[in-house]
Amino acid sequence: MSDQQPVPVDEAPTPRTPHKGHEPDAGGSRTAQMLRDVTTGNFGVTVLAFVLALVIGGLLIIAVNKDVITAAGYIFAKPGDFFAAAWSTVSDAYAAMFRGAVFNYEATTAAKALKPITETMTVATPLIIAALGVAVGFRAGMFNIGAQGQVIMGAAIGGYVGFAWQLPPVLHLLLALLGGVLAGGVWAGIAGFLRARTGAHEVIVTIMLNYVALYLVAFLLTTSAFTRAGSNQPKSPGVKATAQLPLLLGDQFRLNAGFLVAILAAVFVWWLMTRSTWGFRFRAVGSNPHAARTAGMAVSSSFVLVMVVSGALTGLAGAVQILGTERALTGGIAGSIGFDAITVALLGRSKPLGIFLAGLLYAGLNVGGRTMEGATGTPINIVLVIQSLVVLFIAAPPLIRAIFRLPVPNPALVKGVSA
Amino acid sequence: MKRVAQFAAVTAVAALALTACGSAPDDTPTTSAGATTTAAAESIDFKACMVSDAGGFDDKSFNESGIDGLKAAAKTLGIETATQESKTDSDFAPNIDNLVTQNCNIIVTVGYLLATATGDAAKANPGVDFAIVDSTAADADNNPIELDNVKPLSFDTAQAAYLAGYVAAGMTKTGTVATFGGIQIPSVTIFMDGFVDGVAKYNEDNATTVKVLGWDKAKQNGSFTGDFDDQSKGQQLTQTFIDAGADIIMPVAGPVGAGSLAAARDAKDVSVIWVDTDGAVSNPTYADIILTSVVKEIGASVEDAITTSSAGKFSADPYVGTLDNGGVSIAPFHDFDAKVPQELKDKVDQLRKDIISGSIVVESPSSP
Repeated sequence: MSDQQPVPVDEAPTPRTPHKGHEPDAGGSRTAQMLRDVTTGNFGVTVLAFVLALVIGGLLIIAVNKDVITAAGYIFAKPGDFFAAAWSTVSDAYAAMFRGAVFNYEATTAAKALKPITETMTVATPLIIAALGVAVGFRAGMFNIGAQGQVIMGAAIGGYVGFAWQLPPVLHLLLALLGGVLAGGVWAGIAGFLRARTGAHEVIVTIMLNYVALYLVAFLLTTSAFTRAGSNQPKSPGVKATAQLPLLLGDQFRLNAGFLVAILAAVFVWWLMTRSTWGFRFRAVGSNPHAARTAGMAVSSSFVLVMVVSGALTGLAGAVQILGTERALTGGIAGSIGFDAITVALLGRSKPLGIFLAGLLYAGLNVGGRTMEGATGTPINIVLVIQSLVVLFIAAPPLIRAIFRLPVPNPALVKGVSA
Repeated sequence: MKRVAQFAAVTAVAALALTACGSAPDDTPTTSAGATTTAAAESIDFKACMVSDAGGFDDKSFNESGIDGLKAAAKTLGIETATQESKTDSDFAPNIDNLVTQNCNIIVTVGYLLATATGDAAKANPGVDFAIVDSTAADADNNPIELDNVKPLSFDTAQAAYLAGYVAAGMTKTGTVATFGGIQIPSVTIFMDGFVDGVAKYNEDNATTVKVLGWDKAKQNGSFTGDFDDQSKGQQLTQTFIDAGADIIMPVAGPVGAGSLAAARDAKDVSVIWVDTDGAVSNPTYADIILTSVVKEIGASVEDAITTSSAGKFSADPYVGTLDNGGVSIAPFHDFDAKVPQELKDKVDQLRKDIISGSIVVESPSSP
C-alpha cells in the first residue's frame, strides 16, 4: 500500500548520530528514534499484528464462553463437543462483528443492510481527524498525548457556538467549526509554548491539560450558560439546526458531512507535510532538531507551530463530533476519541492514507464489537483487548529493536518472528 | 525452545487429565451446575434488553441493580435477553439501535444521560416499548418529553434519605455529619437534599445544632469526587470530613463509597450510611460500620416494567419509587440495631408514616 512507494526522506532509517545535546529536544535522541520506528513500520507487520490479535481474541472469546467451558469439562468423553462449541462460538462472534461493522446480510431492508458500514464511517470520522492531528505531532517529533483534552475543548467551544449563538446557516456552521479549531489549537499551543520557552516536556503538559479540560467542562456544565434553562442536569441544549453538519444519507443514517471534513483534513495534512514549507520544517525539526537549527530554522517556534496545528486538527475532531453526531455537550462528549486517536495514528503509520484506513478499521472493530456483544453476549471488553493487542504487536518489534539497539533485521525474518 | 515446548505439552496434558474427566451429558440434557439456561415453567416469545450508561453493568450501583432486575425477570418469565454495555456517551444511540435491530420487545435504558437517545429511538420505533431509569425521555434539546412507549422509572429518594438524615443526626456523637456525591446530577443530589432536611428536622425537634458538611441545599452546592470510579478520591474526601469532626458519612457515589468505608474503618467511631442497596448485605465485611442504607429498588422496578410489558400491559405512566410503594426505603440497622435508641427508631417510624400520609412533604429541586 502506501509504504510501497519510495520512502520520503524523513522516514528513511537514519543512522543514529551520536551527539551531546544540551537542549531538552527529543529529536535525534533514542526516544525520537523509537518514536520514528514505531510510527513508520511496514504494512506487513500491521496485517500480521491484526491477524494475530484476532486469533488471540478468538481464544479469549472461547475462554469466556459458558457453553465451551461446559464442553471442556468432558473433553475426553466427547472431544467433538468441545471443538464444535469453540468453533461455533468464535465464528458466531466474528460473524456478528462483520454484520455490525460492514454489511448486515441478515437484514430485511437495504437500508438496514447498509447501516453498519455508515455507522463505521460515522464513528471513524472524529477518530481520523484527531489521529491526523496526533500524526502531525509525531512526524515533527512531538508526542501530543493531549488529544483528549483538545477534543474536549474543541467540542465545548464548537458546541457553545453551535447552541448559544444565533446566526444564518452555513456561516453558523463554519464559525462553530472554527471555534473548535481555535480552542484545540490554543489548548495544544499552551504545551508547545511551554516546551519552547521553558523546555517543559509536552507529554507531561498535555496529559495534565487533559485533566484540566475534563474538569473545566464538567464545571461549565453546572453553569447556566451551558445548560438548558430550568434543568440542573449536566447536559447542554441541542446544537441549533443552522450549526449542524448535514446528514449525508437522510434520517435513517447518522453519517454526516463530518466524514467529508475528515477526507479534506487528510488531504490537507498530506499537502501540509509533503508539499508545504511548514511541513518541510516540521519534518526537519522532527528528524534532527540540531541539523535543523544549524540549517537556520527556528526550532523553538516550530514546537509552538506544530502543537498549534496538531491541536487545531484534534479540536476540529471535537467540533465535528458535537456538530455532526452528538449534537449536545455532555461531560463524556469526547469518549475516548483522544486516546484512540493516538492508537489510530500509530496504526496508520502517521500517514494520511494510513490513518484514514486505520480509523475505519478501528471504528469497525468498535461498532462491530457492539453487535458482537448484543447478538452473542461476548463481553465488549474482548473487543478492547483485540484493539490493544493490535497496537501492542505493531509496536513491539520496532520497540524491542530500539530498546536493545538491535540492527534492523531483514524483512523475511520479521515475518517469521511475527507469524 | 524444544524443551520448553515439551514441558508445556506435558503440563497441558496433565492439566487436562486432572480437570477434564467430567462425564459428557446425555442426549437429554439434565440441568447441571454450569448450565445457564434460564429454565422456566413456560417460556414465552419475548425479548427484554438493556443498555447501560458508561459506568458499565458491574458498577455495584445502579447499572448493576438494573441488570439484576433484567436477570430476575428473565428467570421468572423465561424470556430472552440481550444487553449492550456503553463505554462512552457516544455509544448510547448506536447501542439502543442495535437492540432494536435485534428485535427486542422492551429496551430498558439506565440513566438520565440516555434520555435523548431513548427519546429519539422511541419516536423512530413506536412498536418497541422502552423504560428509562432515573429520567424521562428527552428531545434533542434535553427537554423532557412524554411518549406513549416510554415508561420513566424514577425514585423520590429524598424521602428515604430524609429518614437517614434524621437517624444520622440522632446518632452523631460529634454533632457533625457529612455527605458527598460522585457527580452533581439530580439523581445524586436528591439523596443529599433529603439527608440535609432530615438533619434539619432533627435539629428542629430536639433543639440541637447538628451540622451537615458536604452539601448546601439552598445553594445546591457541595462536595463531589468528580466520577463514579475512583475510590481513592472517596477515601480522601471522607478523611477530610472525619478530620473536620464528622462521625457519620453518607457517600452518594456508587462504588466510590467503598473509599468511605475504608476511611471509616481506619478512623475511630465513624460510621457510614450506604446508598442504593442495603450496604450491610452487599458489603458484609463492613457491616459493623454501616449504620443503615438508603435503598433504591431499581431492580424491582425494572423487573416490574418488563413483566407488565411481556404480558402486553405496558403503560407509559411514570413509575415513581416512594416510601409508600416501597420503591425507596431505609434499610434495617443490622449490627447497629442494639445501639440505635428505641425512641429514635419510633420517631423514624412515625416520620415514615407522616411522609407516606403526606403530612410531611420532603422537597427537593431534583424530585421526580
